[in-house]
Order: sequence, then structure tokens, then C-alpha cells
Amino acid sequence: MALVLNEEQRFLRDAAREFLNANAPVEALRKLRDDKDPTGYSSELWHQMAELGWASIILPEEYGGLDFGFTGLGVVMEETGRTLTASPLLASAIVGASALLLAGSEKQKSSLLPKVAAGELTLALALEESHHHRPTHINTTATTEGANIVLNGRKTFVVDGHSADQLLVVARSSGEAESERGLSLLLVPRDAPGVSVQRTIMADSRNAANIVFEQVSVSSDALVGPAGEAWAVLEQVLDRGRVALAAEMLGLALEAFERTVAYLKEREQFGALIGSFQGLQHRAAQMQAELELCRSVVLQALSTIDDAPEQLPLLASLAKAKLNELVKRVTNEAVQMHGGIGVTDELEIGFFLKRARVAMQIFGDTGFHKDRYATLCGY
Amino acid sequence: MTAPIRRDVLQDLDQFRSEARQWLETNCPESQRQPMQAEDQYYGGRNARFPSADAQLWFERMRDKGWICPEWPTEYGGGGLTPQHAKIIKEEMKAVRARTPLYSLGIWMLGPALLEFGNEEQKQQHIPAIINGEVRWCQGYSEPGSGSDLASLQCKAEDQGDHFLVNGSKIWTTAADKSDWIFCLVRTDPNAKNQEGISFLLIDMDDPGVTTTPIELISGESEFCQTFFDNVKVPKSNLVGELNQGWSVAKALLVHERKLMSELGSESPREVLVPSAAARQYLDMVDGKIADAQLRADLVDYDMTMHAIGLTHFRTFEEKLADTRSAAPLVMKYVGTEAEKTKSELLLAILGSQGLGWEGEGFSKAELDTLRLWAMSKAMTIAGGTSEIQLNVIAKNVLQLPQS
Repeated sequence: MALVLNEEQRFLRDAAREFLNANAPVEALRKLRDDKDPTGYSSELWHQMAELGWASIILPEEYGGLDFGFTGLGVVMEETGRTLTASPLLASAIVGASALLLAGSEKQKSSLLPKVAAGELTLALALEESHHHRPTHINTTATTEGANIVLNGRKTFVVDGHSADQLLVVARSSGEAESERGLSLLLVPRDAPGVSVQRTIMADSRNAANIVFEQVSVSSDALVGPAGEAWAVLEQVLDRGRVALAAEMLGLALEAFERTVAYLKEREQFGALIGSFQGLQHRAAQMQAELELCRSVVLQALSTIDDAPEQLPLLASLAKAKLNELVKRVTNEAVQMHGGIGVTDELEIGFFLKRARVAMQIFGDTGFHKDRYATLCGY
Repeated sequence: MTAPIRRDVLQDLDQFRSEARQWLETNCPESQRQPMQAEDQYYGGRNARFPSADAQLWFERMRDKGWICPEWPTEYGGGGLTPQHAKIIKEEMKAVRARTPLYSLGIWMLGPALLEFGNEEQKQQHIPAIINGEVRWCQGYSEPGSGSDLASLQCKAEDQGDHFLVNGSKIWTTAADKSDWIFCLVRTDPNAKNQEGISFLLIDMDDPGVTTTPIELISGESEFCQTFFDNVKVPKSNLVGELNQGWSVAKALLVHERKLMSELGSESPREVLVPSAAARQYLDMVDGKIADAQLRADLVDYDMTMHAIGLTHFRTFEEKLADTRSAAPLVMKYVGTEAEKTKSELLLAILGSQGLGWEGEGFSKAELDTLRLWAMSKAMTIAGGTSEIQLNVIAKNVLQLPQS
């Protein structure tokens, strides 16, 4: 029953919704933005989320995790999408934790994962080097110098990169430019000598960073998995991130859509509620149809991570491409159907519009995932 | 996280699946596992003949097994099985490529409505005859003046004491020229407001005064007909449900029709090309990729949509088992039929000029069928409630938007 939530998952969803509405509604994001908060998320909120177990949902019990599976994680992500809650959940507890879990040494896992699970340590994946998601186009170098490895290069669009304690850096140890071969994954403390971090203020009022590595020297213990062979794990890690993000985007779309439908039932023009106009009804109904399809895709993709990882690449690209299109359509329609107030900063719909555009870029835009899906289908 | 009881159920279903597979392997003749031509479809009926001895054998074995209608009650010849078991039979039939032994509007549409609304006498008269393929049914809903606005229908049945006198006509009566009986919506109270004066009536097409003419379509086919009723006497015992309450029967039946249409395309006597396979055959490939960027993009959009629709069918099924509800079933007719149209346009584009042949030499059967199916696909978003009506229904019933 991968496509229907069980009782425990429904309970988690209801608890998450209640907690986020009380502690992290959209106003909280507005406040972080207006206060120009240096961290970009509330550390206190993050610790509360960790206490609820959200930072450890996907981790095995031996590392302090709940071992609740990705479908369970998905309901939390969906709820954080509804409230646009800024937190290190995606970057640290899903992407970072998955990298360590799938590729790390026993020592790395036992020393770091319990801290990630407790929300005491945060991670960020330093991957992108251009304006588009090109996970194999890595020019950052990892060169062996004696017992150490020296990193040089520039990263961009590093989600939560300015606040994470440790960076997981994708660098090239060998191989041709743009090749899947020769990539390595290394753990680098954000405050290591030679690391310079520029926080970037993004449209969604959340965090990304440009990071320069200049002669950054780390011991070979910093390698996560064997040198030059990071691609297989990286792809899985990215797919997990894509699916989790798709779950967040589903929540974002549902919330923006529900707010819009509610507005159609209260706004009057020409002496009638505008929701009675067929021109708007049909567009809303088409979005409902897309939402239904997308919900099935997200649920299947989440359960694929736990139950059928060999199908994950196809499902992850399906989910990310479909949800990219969904959030673009729903947020554009949400603004349009709200009319004039839709383009005011006072109305929260604009926050959904902006978060949607950032989420659409993270880990691959629509074109990237359609190309990948087509390639996986053999055409 | 799974309760022990469910594991038992699952084991039971696994067992059933392997038994079903074995039974089908043993009992489905090899000839009944080949792709079908139009003439291979068996619809039953008074004048029907089996397309072959094997088709008859296969039908009779399935009938005796109770698998023609596995979910229907055993007292009327059904299999008395749960939806899970019926789904397994369907899946296993697909797995061994078994043909559908009996095509029947009686099974897909009338039967479920009769089981819900019919009286005991009607069930006994009609349900076994449907399962046994003895009577072929067609549907009489739309009229020349009543398409999307079905409730405005005018075909009338007047109470004459011991019978109804029916006058009027029905259009888009699928295969009416080959059918034995027709289930109709008729106006029994001309003074009542639209939906309130309508009744659901079963009419024997052999009765005097019933005539049918086929309508030629853009596909060159004429599976749809117009049926005329001229002073037709219909026994009162043929009324299903209460007098003037036919709309609720019709609505229940429409749900079955829309569900059916949302699942169509999986089985067709025509040679249905798979777009991704056709692309490899008809398009230039460079490094394993379709060179035409537009067609590649259209194809991946279509494949992703179909992937999502397939998953949503699974979800609605799982929701049914878990006794939870979502809006998914209400959107499936709309998305399913729109996707079928998209598929036909895509195939036409992939085949290029080779997909434009109407008949005769120079084209394969699959190519000719592609064009005919393209023309036929245009009816899919019209029949059974247009896409626009589907969107109205979603807006009203799911989103509960105000009605003007």
C-alpha cells in the first residue's frame, strides 16, 4: 500500500501540520526576511524540529534515527511546503545525511550521524559550479599532496552553505571534464582555512551560498567513500533530495491552490462570486487534476527509495519534472486569480511564487529531468 | 508497521494469484492469446456467432469458472469474489495475454446499475443473460437536442395503464444496429423540472416501432447509431428504480462509463502503436536520442503523463481497499481521454506522411490503424460527458465552487 498513508504516517502528518502552523507559519519566513536574519532560519525552531525527530526520520536506529522511511519523511516535507518553513531539513537531514549513510566510513557514520539526527550538526552539499544543475560538470580539483588532499575551486547555489557546520564537497580527483568518473566527495569544515563563503540572498528568502576553496588542505580521512568513485552514491543522494523536494513542492502547490480556491469563493465582481465564472472554474479544475496525478507520483517516488531503489532514477526525474511544472503553473495561476492583491507583498501568495522558482532550480530544472527521463527510457 | 492480519490477506492473495496464473495457462487456448482483429471480438447477443471454436471454448471455460464477472454475486452467475481477487484475475489475464472472452456493455455499465437499483425479478432476468452473452445491450441516453445538457431529454414514455408508450429518438447509441436490448433514459413527467421527470427503462429492440440507422463518422466507421421509437409499447416491469427517479440510476451508470473510458486504450482490435517504440522505428536517432527536439519533448511529456496516470489508477485502487477517498477518481475520465487524444496526435507526428494513409496500398495495417484511431480519439473527450462537462463536475463536486 505504497500510495496510501498508513495510520502512523497520517498521525505524523497531522502532528507536523499542527506544529508548523503554530511555530513556523509563512509569517515566520517573512520575519526572517525582514530582519535580515544572519542564519536565515530559526535555530530554536530547528532544535524543536529535531526534538520531534524530524532530522532523524530516515536514519537507522543505530545512528540515533527513527528509521521511519521516506514516505514518513514525505509527509513532513509536504507540510513544510505548506508553511514555506526555512530549515536545514533538506540540506542536512536528507541530502547530507544520505551521503554519509550511503558512502561514509563506519567511523564517519557513528561520529557524525547521531549529531545530524539530533540537529546539533548541519551539513550542506557543495556541488554546483554553473547556473544550471550539471552534477558531473565538476572543475573543482582534489589533489593528493603527501598525506593530505588539497581542494581548489568555486561552488555556487550551495543550499544552506553559509550556515552548515560541514560541507560535503564534490571535487574531481581524476577523469575528463564532465565525466562521471573521477569524482570524489569530501567533508570540509566550513571554517577551514582557505574556505571563503559568500551568503547569497535568494528570491525565496532562504539560503544559498557561493563558496571558494583555495588551497584547502584536508586529511585523507575527509574522503566520504573511495576517491574518484563518488558518482554512484552522489546520484542516489541527489535522487533522494529531488524526491524529498518534490514532496515539499506538493505541499507548496496544495497550499497555494487551496488559498486560491478559497479566494474564488469570497471575491465578488459583477455582482457574483468570481468562482462561479466558468473561465476560472475550468482552470482550477485542471489544476486539481494535475495535483491528483502529482500526488500519486510523489507517493510512489518516496516509497521507491525504501522499496525499489533500482527504479529510483526514473521516478525521481518523473517527480521532479512533474512537480516543477505543477508549482510553476499553480503559483502563476494563484497570483493571477488573486488579481491586484496577488502582486502585493502583503499577501503571502508571493512567497509561494518565489519559493517555487528556487525549488524548481534545486537539483535539476524541468528540462534536465525530462532529458534524463527520456534517456532512461531509451530515446 | 503492517498489522499481522494484512499479511495473512496478502499471503492469501499471493496464493490466489499463482492459482489463477496456473488455471489461465492451462485453460486459455494459444489462439486466444494472440493480438486481436476487430472480427475476433465477441460481443454475444441473440444473433451472435463465435468468431472461432477456440473463442467459444475460452468463453465457456471462463463462464463456468465464474470469471466473466468475478465480482458479481454467485446466484446470478458471477464469481462472488472481492475486488482484490478480481484485480488479480485481470492482471494475470494480461500477463498471459489472454483475450477478453466477452465484450459487453451489459457487463461494463448496465449490470452494476441493475445490481444496485434493479428488483429481484429484473436481476434474475437480465444478469445471467449478460454473463452468458445471450443478450447484447446498448445505451440510449443522448438525443439530437440533448447532448451535454442530458437532463433536457425529450424522448417520452407515457403511462398507458399496463404499459408505457415510448416516442422519440436516441443518438450515439453505440452498436445499436447489432444490439438486442437498449437501456434508456425517458421523460415520464413532462411537467417536472429537468432531471426530476426522468425514468430508466429497458426496451427490447425487437419490439414493433424500434428502428436504428448507423451514423458514418470522421473515422470512416459507424459504430454509433441513431435509434427511433415510434409508439413502442414497453411493459411496466421494465422500469428500473422508481418512476421519475431514473437520473440517480443514470448517474451511477455514468460513473462506470467514465471509469471505463479512463482505462480504455489498453485493449483494442486495432494495431495500437506505442509512441516510444514507434519513435525508434520512424525517427532519426543520434547517439540514442531522438534527433527532432520537439518530438522528443512531446514524447517525454506524454510518457510522463501516462506514467502518472498509471500510478493514479493504482492509488485509487489502494484507496478503495483502504476505504479512504480522494478526488482522484473524479479526474480520471478527463485526464485519461485527453491523454488518449495526445497520444494519437503524437503518433501521427511520429509517423509523418506515412501516418496519413486512409486505406489501400503503400501503408502497413498499423499505419492505417493509427490514422483511424486518431480520428476515433476525437470522440473520446466528447462521449460519456465532454471534457468541459468533466471540468464542471470537478469544479462543483471537488472544489465546491459556487454555481452561477
